[in-house]
Amino acid sequence: MTIESETIVEDNPAGAFAVLRRGLGATPELRRGVGFTVAMALVGAMGRVVIPVLVQQIVDRGLRGPEGFRPGFVVGACAAAVVAVLLVAVLSRATYLRLVDAAETMLRNLRVRAFAHVHRMAVADHNETRRGVLTARVTSDIETIARFAQWGAVAWIVNSVVIVVTVLVLAVYSWQIALVAVVIYAPMFPLMRSVQRRQLVAYDAVRSRVSDTLSVISETVMGAAVIRAYGLADHQRARVDAAIERQYRAESRAARFFASAFSMGDIFGGAALGATVAVGAWWGPEWGLDVGKLIACVFLVSLILQPIAELGEILDQTQTAIAGWRKVLDLLDTPIDVEEPGQATATALGTGPVEVVADAVSFAYRNGPLVLREVSVHLPAGANVAVVGETGSGKTTFVKLLCRLADPTSGVVRLDGVDLRDVPSHARSAAVRMVPQDGFLFASSIRENVRLGRLAATDLEIDEAFTSLGLDGWVQRLTDGLNTEVGERGDALSVGERQLVALVRAQLADPGLLILDEATSSVDPDTERALAGALHRLAEGRTTVSVAHRLSTAEQADTVLVFDRGRIVERGTHTELVALGGRYADLHRSWVGNTRRQNGG
Amino acid sequence: MVQEQTAGPTKGVLRRGLPVVWGYVRLQPITYAISLTGATLYAGAVVLTTRVLGTVTNDVLTPAFSPTGITADQARGAGVALLLLGVLRGLSILLRRYLAALTTFRTQARLRRRVTGHYLDVPLRFHRDHPTGELLAHADADVLAATEVLNPLPFSVGVVVLVVFAVASLAMVDPILMGIALLLFPSLALINRFYLARIEVPVREVQERVGDVSALAHESFDGALVVKTLGLADHEVARMGEAADRLREARVRVGRVRGFFEPAIDALPNVGQVVLLLVGAWRVSTGELTTGDLVQAVALFGVLAFPMRVMGFFLQEMPRAVVAADRLQAVLRRGTAADDDAAGRPPVAPIAFSELPAGPLDVRVRDVRFSFDGVTPVLDGVSFDIPAGSVVALVGATGGGKSTICDLLVGLIAPDSGAIDVGGVDIGRVEPLVLRDAVSLVFQETFLFADSLEMNIGLDADQSGAGDALVVAATMAQAHPFVEELPDGYQTVVGERGVTLSGGQRQRIALARALARTPRVLVLDDATSAVDPVVEADILSALRSGSTTTTLVVAHRLSTILMADTVVFLEGGTVQGTGRHNDLLDIPGYARIVHAYDEASP
Repeated sequence: MTIESETIVEDNPAGAFAVLRRGLGATPELRRGVGFTVAMALVGAMGRVVIPVLVQQIVDRGLRGPEGFRPGFVVGACAAAVVAVLLVAVLSRATYLRLVDAAETMLRNLRVRAFAHVHRMAVADHNETRRGVLTARVTSDIETIARFAQWGAVAWIVNSVVIVVTVLVLAVYSWQIALVAVVIYAPMFPLMRSVQRRQLVAYDAVRSRVSDTLSVISETVMGAAVIRAYGLADHQRARVDAAIERQYRAESRAARFFASAFSMGDIFGGAALGATVAVGAWWGPEWGLDVGKLIACVFLVSLILQPIAELGEILDQTQTAIAGWRKVLDLLDTPIDVEEPGQATATALGTGPVEVVADAVSFAYRNGPLVLREVSVHLPAGANVAVVGETGSGKTTFVKLLCRLADPTSGVVRLDGVDLRDVPSHARSAAVRMVPQDGFLFASSIRENVRLGRLAATDLEIDEAFTSLGLDGWVQRLTDGLNTEVGERGDALSVGERQLVALVRAQLADPGLLILDEATSSVDPDTERALAGALHRLAEGRTTVSVAHRLSTAEQADTVLVFDRGRIVERGTHTELVALGGRYADLHRSWVGNTRRQNGG
Repeated sequence: MVQEQTAGPTKGVLRRGLPVVWGYVRLQPITYAISLTGATLYAGAVVLTTRVLGTVTNDVLTPAFSPTGITADQARGAGVALLLLGVLRGLSILLRRYLAALTTFRTQARLRRRVTGHYLDVPLRFHRDHPTGELLAHADADVLAATEVLNPLPFSVGVVVLVVFAVASLAMVDPILMGIALLLFPSLALINRFYLARIEVPVREVQERVGDVSALAHESFDGALVVKTLGLADHEVARMGEAADRLREARVRVGRVRGFFEPAIDALPNVGQVVLLLVGAWRVSTGELTTGDLVQAVALFGVLAFPMRVMGFFLQEMPRAVVAADRLQAVLRRGTAADDDAAGRPPVAPIAFSELPAGPLDVRVRDVRFSFDGVTPVLDGVSFDIPAGSVVALVGATGGGKSTICDLLVGLIAPDSGAIDVGGVDIGRVEPLVLRDAVSLVFQETFLFADSLEMNIGLDADQSGAGDALVVAATMAQAHPFVEELPDGYQTVVGERGVTLSGGQRQRIALARALARTPRVLVLDDATSAVDPVVEADILSALRSGSTTTTLVVAHRLSTILMADTVVFLEGGTVQGTGRHNDLLDIPGYARIVHAYDEASP
């Protein structure tokens, strides 16, 4: 478990600064106008030194000057100081608004980019459990950066500028004392950085533990029925408690670092103040200081402490944000398995049925074993092909490659003679449509879900699509027709009904190649009939490749491809293959044996 | 929920907030007390530092520039005193911060345990009524929001102490300077109050927008495959772009309020210092005040500026904390016995549990009625028997209440009226754990824990000889062959950090889980839907051969129906026919359904 955080450190030896550099590189919006913002922060910093300068002026020139007490000068100086303070407040506001605007724009873009990237990632990265992590990248991780941007980012810029300006003013009064202050404060930075690095590691661990806790909690919620039916509540409670405990341990470890980081500020501040007073009182007269100037120095030295302490205060927030930022940047660096073709190689596909050629196609998920081995097949345009095989035979992977949900590890898939990798995404989705097993629907109406098949479709075209698939009867039975809301994930509809909607979507898109992953799960008879009819009509005039779970689909196909352990072991028509007496015949025998043998009707 | 809050946005934020905070503090009194001690120590050290500074100005700095001069010991002494005070401040901060964080994290862990424990304790109905995302938000975001206010709290208490010390210290110096302080601090408090009033609404809007973005991301990633196959990525990105834009706008609005108040709160102490210097200079000139006194007072005002900001930070967290704490309270109340009464369920009264007889069990469903919403009946007087050791197939249209019957049989939900007897005993009178051992349900939708297959199958099973039972169960469920082929066999971890199994494989593991318990009644709610028909047939014949298990199977394939001893046909919320398949074919509704199955998988 700690392995994860350790690798992170190895991969990123430069830690926070590396993340910052990468982040700035990835988000140019943040750099825009930074010069102006810093200039305004500079003016703001001037405001902070108003009081020490005023103290010095009043003591040295208003009270203890050669003319003694000068009420006019004191009043004038105070009036000028008030004006300066108010002016600074106005400028600070402008600076802050600018920073907020820049930061929010950057966050907005980063969020959208991360979101877009997730959708471009390989299907293999989209399994159920990874999904939570991906969602966290676009939501909670960016939120940690946002929280930082609202406070921490502003504080970093303003405080750094304040420190520089204060040291400069200090140097004007006495370069010796400025030197003393710098020498004393200097070790704070390497010390803070070393604490910072260890804190970063601690925070990475915290974040990993947090996502573990969330996984277990979501298990508790999603598995509520199983947990109750099997009396697993205590077992699950133990799992949850253990995850929460591990998270707490990681958090308390991180707390040690941020507590010590902040207390350092006051210790160094005390040292600097003590040194200024001792050195200034002893050598001040020799260096040509006055009482007022030395007092101003004392105030200025303390003034440096505040921004440093504030930096310490925001350090932990910064750490969380950097950890979150890094996760988002890592996500953006995750390679996209399916790269869209460049302008030069992009080739469009024509309309009408598509000819499909797979040439020595092999495939493995990531570093896994080969799922497909040297599969070669030629499917003429307009063919009706059924793919059969046992679970894990590679049949589903094969059809996924046909719609480029992944690229072959080796070999080529060609549609109408064009390498599928050279077909740009819009042309691909126009020519190739896959109807997956579980027709996921978005939480809107049936009509809007169908429209996703072709965004430009009119209401009339959507109605026609239903009619052309013979689904008017089905639509009439819906409570609210096509405006019926389908609920979260489409849960208000049955599996079969969701597939129907998916079929109409495909019809609307009018693809030349239709890929069907037949639903294995049960569908009620009315819907089943509607599905069968719709499928039949949908398949007309297209090349169709179906992962067949129904024997009738295989029987009606022009060609049946039998997959076994990643290879096509048999191919031919249903009748040929049954006569061949090979694997398909076996499959068919048990199929028929189990379904037809005892059928009295 | 949110609407309730709009009336009187700031009024009562503190009044509602402090009890919330107090409730949390009470959970960790000792660590919190230490943290508060640290904060008080810090306040004392800060005020003491300004007093020492005043004394040093009078006794060391001023003489140093006079002809008399000072001794090296004087200079050194002043320096060391200020250094030591710095160390004291540092250590008190360490104490305060570490323990405040510890308290916060502990409280969060505790709340998370409570909320999740609640999710485990409540009846299943609760889960059906609440979307997953909402429940996760309670356990995560709401727990954080409700407790984040604990972290700055000790410092805020320290600030109050600091103000008291500061005013006392000024009173010792000069009553007029104290008067200025008494004008300044209330104005700071007033500005903070306005600040709160103005920021609450925009902050809440930000929270809502964050929720929108999060819901959108959840949905979009859930449907990632569809998005890919439909080439909808650009469309989805545009949707996210809009949601992100709205969030950005809401955040900028918050920024605008902040950008107004923050500089004002910063400037106010500075204006106070100028007034202090003006009045102070006049008092020094008349000899009523020393330069050291003035330096001390100015330093004190300066030191107060930063703590005042943190105080604001604390107050700003308060509304969020109150809203989140209210939500947590609400969810912890929901789903409890009292809440169930409202849902029309019989109250949970202490029941004298009855024993189940030994041997095979029969099941009798007697005139059971059930409705989810209390209006539309799902089951409208359902009665049928499953003789001990027999296999009954349940056939009916989708949405016809088959799954509801399955849930009722294992006691996941209770009938509105009627009864279900297992082995002659009403299941309401069987101790839940006993019932769970006797009756196992395999769900339509497979759920596996992110754990090893062994744990998934044998969860909580008796450890002695569990290995053999595991293999037997897995073999019956046709899971053994593919598990054997996995590199880690039964130790293979599934889920996030493990392997991904296909739908059919997952169903077979879920089936093995049920079989590992050697249930006397097995309920299969379409539990083999993703399994190839061939494999399904093997599973069913393995179940049949030489077993005395009473089985109810929700059937969608003719092969399944044909294997059953009896078929129960459910339509319109009641049983329309019971008997052999061939006998039921006379019922038009039944014939229609079975014919469709035949078409689908002949």
